[in-house]
Amino acid sequence: MADVHLPSTLSPLFPGLPRQLDVQADTVGELIDQLEREWPGLRNRLCEPGPMIRGHIHVYVNQERAKLDTPVAEQSRVDVIAAISGGAGPGHLAP
Amino acid sequence: MPRTLLLIGTRKGAFFLESNDRKTWELHGPFCEGWPVYHVIHDPTSGAVYAAAASEWHGQAVWRSADLGETWTHSSEGIAYDTEAGRKISKVSTLAISDGRLLVGVEAPGIFESRDEGQTWSLLSTLAGQPGSETWDDPSNQPPGHLGISALMFDREDADRFWAIVQGVGLFETSDYAQSWTPRNRGLRADWPREHEEVGFCVHKLVRSPVDGDRMYQQNHVGMHRSDNAGETWTEITDGLPTEFGFAAVTHPHDRDTFYVIPLDPGHGRTMPEGHAAVWRTRDAGSSWQSLDTGLPQRDAHVGVLREAMAVDSDDAPGLYFGTSTGQVFASRDEGDTWAQIADYLPSISSVEVVTIA
Repeated sequence: MADVHLPSTLSPLFPGLPRQLDVQADTVGELIDQLEREWPGLRNRLCEPGPMIRGHIHVYVNQERAKLDTPVAEQSRVDVIAAISGGAGPGHLAP
Repeated sequence: MPRTLLLIGTRKGAFFLESNDRKTWELHGPFCEGWPVYHVIHDPTSGAVYAAAASEWHGQAVWRSADLGETWTHSSEGIAYDTEAGRKISKVSTLAISDGRLLVGVEAPGIFESRDEGQTWSLLSTLAGQPGSETWDDPSNQPPGHLGISALMFDREDADRFWAIVQGVGLFETSDYAQSWTPRNRGLRADWPREHEEVGFCVHKLVRSPVDGDRMYQQNHVGMHRSDNAGETWTEITDGLPTEFGFAAVTHPHDRDTFYVIPLDPGHGRTMPEGHAAVWRTRDAGSSWQSLDTGLPQRDAHVGVLREAMAVDSDDAPGLYFGTSTGQVFASRDEGDTWAQIADYLPSISSVEVVTIA
């Protein structure tokens, strides 16, 4: 099973969701589907309509940047990162 | 003794201020995991609190607490546009609830509804077909903060009727639960060219008297306005105010002619004029205005107050409350005559709502 590491911003949103867990999946998208089954709503926190991974969420499989269709192997390490997202966006600058 | 609860949305989560006497206050929070919270409302029917929030990382969601902040859930299931239409949602910005219908206004402009207490959502309206709506998604048309639904207000008697503000476009009314819309901007001033007669107005805030449904007030980009026919026509009432610009406004709970506003400098600063904090009140429907600043900082107070950041309770001697862009909350127990600071060092405040709990 893949060794999955989740960001510190995600676990508090879903009771019982650990920072690290083992997940059986063939792709990143499947992995997120597995998590969604146990913690409904989680997919929307990592993905946006398309579906695609949210702009400021980065997923790495064995340290390589991944997309939803990136394969995940039995011994893969999967890191989900809340990417550095500094500064105030336009919505905060105005009014 | 009834408790007074202030629901406060901030740049870094939601907070509650609680008091038994409106003199001493206890702070609770932060809630919503520090997400930017744009609007927090209370459903008087269920007792639930809802917060519209948008995380830079995890997207937008509406949070719900059924136990006044002890526990929270969140969902955005269904708050999405059809990807083939090419529209994206950047923010959930405003909430309204009536008769079990929970609405959220979003950017790009649209209104989503939930009938199951915020668990699932569906698109109710994009106000498609209104004059100029075909260009609302044009990047060159975006006002500061992007173009979206900035406010929603239900009719108190009829849940099929509500008003929506489209940022930088104007005010719209529906009386058939968003099946059709009517622009409600006649008589408003606009100091810029407009392509359509009925729209192109920058409405910042709409409020309605609790004792006279025909009496509305609005603060917009260029002036205060009053309506005596529920928004069908508007008359400007800016004369006597220090500026024509501002966001926050509330109506008196018992007097249709009394109304409060916080004028701001209209430039980039958008803070209280000359650093002198004041709330302004009219008792004659806008014919004259009075500055209320006793207890507020008289100098060096370069603070702003946003659209949803002022509230009024319905006590016999109504309490007024406002939160600032620099994290202070001020309160008055005597209809605005005197003020006291009741909180400080909060994150920048987006919204303040007051709830009286028996």
